[in-house]
Amino acid sequence: MDLDYQTVVAFSKSWGLFYMIALAIGVLVYTFWPRNKKRFDQAKKSILDKDDKPWN
Amino acid sequence: MIAGLTKAERQLSLAVLTVLALCGLAFAAIGRNDPIGTHGFIILLVAIGVACVVIAGYYAPEPDKEQLSRYYDDPTRVGIILSMAWAVFGLFFGVWVAALLAWPELTFDAGWASFGRIRPVHTTGVIFGFGGNALIATSLHVLQRTTRARLPDQFSPWFVLIGYNLFCILAVSGYFMGLTQSKEYAEAEWYADIWLVIVWVVYFLIYIRTLQRRKEPHIYVANWYYMAFILVVAILHIVNNLAVPVSFGHAKSYSLFSGVQDAMTQWWYGHNAVAFFLTAGFLGMMYYYLPKRAGRPIFSYRLSIISFWGIVFMYMWAGSHHLHYTALPQWVQTLGMTFSVVLLVPSWASAGNALATLNGAWGKVRDDATLRFMMVAAVFYGLSTFEGSFMAIRAVNSLSHYTDWTVGHVHAGALGWVAMISFGSIYALVPWMWNRERMYSSKLVELHFWLALAGTVVYVFAMWNSGIIQGLMWRTYNESGTLAYSFIDSLVAMHPYYIARTLGGLLFLLGALVGCYNIWMTIRQAGGRLVFQGPEVDKPALTPPALQAGE
Repeated sequence: MDLDYQTVVAFSKSWGLFYMIALAIGVLVYTFWPRNKKRFDQAKKSILDKDDKPWN
Repeated sequence: MIAGLTKAERQLSLAVLTVLALCGLAFAAIGRNDPIGTHGFIILLVAIGVACVVIAGYYAPEPDKEQLSRYYDDPTRVGIILSMAWAVFGLFFGVWVAALLAWPELTFDAGWASFGRIRPVHTTGVIFGFGGNALIATSLHVLQRTTRARLPDQFSPWFVLIGYNLFCILAVSGYFMGLTQSKEYAEAEWYADIWLVIVWVVYFLIYIRTLQRRKEPHIYVANWYYMAFILVVAILHIVNNLAVPVSFGHAKSYSLFSGVQDAMTQWWYGHNAVAFFLTAGFLGMMYYYLPKRAGRPIFSYRLSIISFWGIVFMYMWAGSHHLHYTALPQWVQTLGMTFSVVLLVPSWASAGNALATLNGAWGKVRDDATLRFMMVAAVFYGLSTFEGSFMAIRAVNSLSHYTDWTVGHVHAGALGWVAMISFGSIYALVPWMWNRERMYSSKLVELHFWLALAGTVVYVFAMWNSGIIQGLMWRTYNESGTLAYSFIDSLVAMHPYYIARTLGGLLFLLGALVGCYNIWMTIRQAGGRLVFQGPEVDKPALTPPALQAGE
């Protein structure tokens, strides 16, 4: 099979859709994974802590 | 400043500056009869100038262990000042170029002052000069604070900051001489582009190396945005600027692409420059300085992650909406249009997240103009992303394209979102960086806020009116089926709006000047109270910090 314009278009029109969906699912799973909740809560509050020098 | 560098770093600086000076000299010699020769002299002068500063401070005592255990903020301080200087420069040329449209004789018969030359001076000055320096300055600050680690060395941040500004100077001086690649936001010629790649790789390495040293296990979301900005801008810049120079002693180059491929590459670059330079980077700013200033954590951290990945993966496909009704295949146009519309979801998620963070702190927004800058920025971000998705629809685009509506849309984003969030962040950052309790005058911050807001509103409304009138005039037919208006008719109709937009831009420029004065006075303020001064800060914390990290 030649790798011409039509082949590339067919590939991107079909697989492009699936990989975007897979990616969206991956991001949502990561975001709502119960074990990550504590880390996210801590991350959003920790920037408000005293930050005048690096931790050693 | 040199006192902050170790001996080895001072030697490295001199070595790098010598190589740079030699490159400049070579360009100056080879390109005698070409603008590249002038650029060679500029590179040579910059290298010698910076080397003089290094030599003057060469024998200053080296930083001791205690200084090296603190955050390294000197490049951030210089970056803030450079950013404000470029803001005034870029906005001044913006006002001038706007005035040219209303009064064309304002070129004073000088070639360098023609519209085609000073327009890119304006865009490069504000986007790369003002915006880029603000991004570098704030990213180095946010990176250290959120990872709780000092930058890996003292040399590379200076290399990035000075090297980046050298790129901006080469770009802008090139436009005055008539040099351009004729690519929107990528006008600088091949040698400046290669230089920027080197600078940008070092910038990315600073990020990676600091993250490797981080004490905070989780990487805060602002850093993801900043990293996306650095990484993607590198990819965009390299691909879009693939070109073959006429010769090594010649400034002109020719793009590797031609025809519609060139147009698609350019607008893939152009729209993602908006996405990753003007959006992702400044969202990084917003996700740190807005919660910090409001004293409240971001409304939803999870939402910030979802919108991050949404923006990163969807913006990549939106560029083709700049090429509706062209030789570009119809399905590529439709693809760009669809992704542009879907992009509204993550964009509004970010804008909503910012505003929801402020919910419950509206009293602070009312009293504090700095926080209000950031709030208005989030509102304009929401407005202009909605407008952008709308204008990307092919049918709407048939009215808006090539008109001032596009210009109005860009400025709603650039003035309302990018500049407002930058000014807000800079006003929050300046007192921290120079150890002052607050800005010199909160009244002047208030004045700047209202000048900036009034300027933006006047500008955007003028361009909306102008653009829609223009678009309608161009598509009005008479009974015999020919165009009802000539182009010159539409031009005459634009005249009052061009005057109004010049006025709006002038107000915005005045605001930036007020900001410069205020920042200057804050830095100079004699006997300003030093907030974080005392033995408890000068020495490393005695309590094990691991407790803080794990709590």
